[in-house]
Amino acid sequence: MNLTPSASQTVGPFFHYALTTNAALGILAGEGAQGERLRLVFRVVDGEGAPTPADSMIELWQADAHGRYGHALDSQSCNADPNFCGFGRLETDSNGTCIFETVKPGSCGGLQAPHINVAVFARGLLKQLHTRVYFDGEALNANDPVLALVPEDRRTTLMAKPTPGQANTWSIEIRLQGEAETVFFDL
Amino acid sequence: MNEYPRMKPGSQPEFLSPGYKSTIVRAPLRPLIALPHTLSELTGPVYGHNPIGPTDNDLTLHFAEPPQGERIIVAGRILDEDGKGVPNAMVELWQANAAGRYQHKRDNHPAPLDPNFLGAGRMITDQDGNYRFVTIKPGAYPWRNHHNAWRPAHIHFSLFGTAFVSRLVTQMYFPNDPLLQLDPVLHSVRDKDAQERLVSQFDLSMTEPEWALGYRFDIVLRGRKATPFEEHGK
Ligand SMILES: [Fe+3]
Repeated sequence: MNLTPSASQTVGPFFHYALTTNAALGILAGEGAQGERLRLVFRVVDGEGAPTPADSMIELWQADAHGRYGHALDSQSCNADPNFCGFGRLETDSNGTCIFETVKPGSCGGLQAPHINVAVFARGLLKQLHTRVYFDGEALNANDPVLALVPEDRRTTLMAKPTPGQANTWSIEIRLQGEAETVFFDL
Repeated sequence: MNEYPRMKPGSQPEFLSPGYKSTIVRAPLRPLIALPHTLSELTGPVYGHNPIGPTDNDLTLHFAEPPQGERIIVAGRILDEDGKGVPNAMVELWQANAAGRYQHKRDNHPAPLDPNFLGAGRMITDQDGNYRFVTIKPGAYPWRNHHNAWRPAHIHFSLFGTAFVSRLVTQMYFPNDPLLQLDPVLHSVRDKDAQERLVSQFDLSMTEPEWALGYRFDIVLRGRKATPFEEHGK
């Protein structure tokens, strides 16, 4: 059989009471999680530069501090950190912002630079947008095969940067459209 | 580890679908960059990120009294592209009440709220990819997208398959609804067959006598292979 995947439809403006009631999904790194803990701040902005007020949602999927995914397809999965959950999900607040508590992922497969996989859902998005968060200044970025696919002048849109004055905090803006539009991937 | 097939043109909506106004300032306008599927895309969250309660798939049991409206059963299978059921898939759904109003602080449609209906449910598919919910038929509602704009009755679905690539949020519609022809959200999908697959089918065999009408709705997630659990022989 060869079936066509079902079509995506927008999450709409009223998903919160079904999808984002569990605030614990903002905390990927539990007590005792291995690695470098960090707060990752997202801000989602539309094509007019306005934040998407409270009607967008971010999902994360990432490897643990040793680059292992908690999933059977990863041959290292049985060693994955039990105090770390690779999945996160939060709604954005009225400023278009949400904050995850996680750890810096390790390099997965020894090839890719540390990165976090991101899906963005919102009213006005008929399907989720996929992007990645990399860490500005990370040496491994230079050889990352996915970053290599991205024109050099746009790579900066994928870089989280340390937030000045706040220890262990990194920030990134997801610009849905326009000048400095975030790089989105076709999966 | 194999890459999943790419999406068939027209079978998925375009980001920029001006008939649905909110896409105009939110759709990305730069071309997307094709990403080869790496371990990052081919793995994904295993269910369990939200605990499932025993009545989470029966939206008519969440309060002391049953909700207003026409009780229905919505059931089907979550399949992969080979037509194989996807076991242990997390299915989440949400919907408006029988009058077309969401239990949401920003829904100000002047239709009555139902104190006995929240409209959110979740469950995990069984070993053959089956799911089943009991709920009430949602009402149509106006949405100000254009003059006299009404959404056809629909139920929002959110699904996790075996990989981050197979993540899907979609909507289920009801057969023979005159609003289907007028809905810019459904028509953002250009392929007619793909549109039709979002419309559930009335099913007399699922209908329970003296109790509830049955609607069948199957969903296909991306992916061609049996679950990785089987591949690894675990
Ligand atoms: Fe809706």
